[in-house]
Amino acid sequence: MDKVLVFILRRLALAGVILWIVSLLVFAGCEILPGDVAQVALGQYATPESVRALRTELGLDRPAPERYLDWLEGMLKGDFGRSMTTKTPVSRLLSERLRNTGILAGSTTLIAVPLAIGLGLMMALWSGGVFDRIASIVVLALSATPEFLIGTLAVLLFAVKLRWLPAIANVDPAFDVGQLSRTLLLPVGTLTLVVAGQIARMTRATVTNLLDSPFIEMAILKGVPRWRLVFVHALINVVGPLANVVALNVAYLVSGVVVVETIFAYPGMARLMVDAVGARDLPLVQACAMLFCAAYVLLILAADLIAVLFNPRARTNTQLKRLST
Amino acid sequence: MTALEPSAIVQRGPRRQWSLVIGLIVITTSVLIAVFGPFLVQHDPTAFVSSDAFIPSGSTAWLGTDYLGRDLLSRLITGTRITLAMAFAATFFAHILGDTLGLLAAIRGGIADAFISRFVDVLLSLPKIIVGLVVVAALGSSTSILIAVAGIVYASGVFRVARALGADIVVMDFVRAARARGERLPWLLFGEVLPNVALPLATDFALRLSFAILFMSSLSFLGLGIQPPNADWGGLVRENLSGLSAGSLAPIFPALAIAAVTISLNLIVDSLGDRRYQDTRGL
Repeated sequence: MDKVLVFILRRLALAGVILWIVSLLVFAGCEILPGDVAQVALGQYATPESVRALRTELGLDRPAPERYLDWLEGMLKGDFGRSMTTKTPVSRLLSERLRNTGILAGSTTLIAVPLAIGLGLMMALWSGGVFDRIASIVVLALSATPEFLIGTLAVLLFAVKLRWLPAIANVDPAFDVGQLSRTLLLPVGTLTLVVAGQIARMTRATVTNLLDSPFIEMAILKGVPRWRLVFVHALINVVGPLANVVALNVAYLVSGVVVVETIFAYPGMARLMVDAVGARDLPLVQACAMLFCAAYVLLILAADLIAVLFNPRARTNTQLKRLST
Repeated sequence: MTALEPSAIVQRGPRRQWSLVIGLIVITTSVLIAVFGPFLVQHDPTAFVSSDAFIPSGSTAWLGTDYLGRDLLSRLITGTRITLAMAFAATFFAHILGDTLGLLAAIRGGIADAFISRFVDVLLSLPKIIVGLVVVAALGSSTSILIAVAGIVYASGVFRVARALGADIVVMDFVRAARARGERLPWLLFGEVLPNVALPLATDFALRLSFAILFMSSLSFLGLGIQPPNADWGGLVRENLSGLSAGSLAPIFPALAIAAVTISLNLIVDSLGDRRYQDTRGL
């Protein structure tokens, strides 16, 4: 069989195994609680009778492996159990939040990726010059700046001082596109600055590295102008690595949204999870954790697959072996 | 070894030296503030200096007051110690664990190496902040749990770096010679391998420290890290977030402090020029 196909199948299987281990860890994490879920839900002053009643109601008197299998089976069917605090099915709580976070992460990706790659290419084009030096420092600073500084400064400037945009991004399903984009501008802008720095840095590094190769030297000797070297000769060759960088940074958004949704009180998945952690609503925490981890694992998988599919040189046996583990 | 040649250091451009100096100044200042903080504060960080919340900078409180009318500067100074000490403890733990296991894995190989490597692969393929949230949900957020979580989460990255560095050294002739003359494991580890990987591991420590600061600050910012009345920088941003709509700078100062320290650590790592990878957040 084709070795690339074998590689893809192996990586898919590996992603499955990782998610299975994650499910074990998430389930076990909630098992090692002092007391158990029922105790946590009812608090310190609950009577033994009420704890026992809730335990029976939740099926906690059954052995752990049995409950794990039930939980896993339900999750594969899209049934994440019931929330401890609101008693509603977790899947109903998730659906709208999932859509909101999808909108936030999706629009950030659409804006940040072209912007950052363009910036990185320009830095590579004038590498060593004034523009490159200033941009390098700005981009390093941006990529090491926590979301809450960028977010709070953006709110202070655009929402409080200039009063152009709302400080709270409380979206409503009834919003039209205009209202939605106005509300989303600050959180999306913040996340864009957060991921764009990293992508631009890596674009510049990849392209400048490539500009040292013999075929570029040949092109220089033939008299190819520098912009053409960067935007044509180099760019085609870095599509694979760049797609990889992009997928990794989109995966980073999984962490980025957690803080940004809190700053802007955005009703997304991350805030649902943070609130659930605060209330120790464990079924909800478990479901959110599984979804976030699944998104992250799949994006990293995508990054690796893209790296292999776009770059024939990565398809040698040793390279494939390195990425398979 | 070429990176360590004295000539290579001399050849570095002026920009790198410059960013190293700035980074070192900021880090040294922060460490001094963390150590001598209690002697520097103008007010007790938990005392109410004004009946008004969010008053701007002035003689009563140099950086203004917080959401309860306490002196923000004093809280920021006290928070420096909490922030840096927690992150340092976590990074130290991560390195002790990651370096030992990583170098041992490189020296010994075998089943233990394969097993730990696979486990590390799983840990590295999870978003760290989500792991942190699950652990806090299950076990609460005491100081020791926060340090342990951050330590274990970042030990996985340290393990991979240490193992890769160690693997380059163990194949060299002097290590093979040491093995041939029957040196024991502790000597191989501390006498032969460690001295040759100490500098890149120290660089990794600086980078990992900035990751740990961001990780802890994020948890505290979400209200799931250090609990009131104590506050690290992330907690101070959270506490004072409500003042933002009134135009108060109270949440900006602690956020600036976090940014200053993490950017400085990255400047130092960059200027040492031995970055293992391009990551600047490690979340």
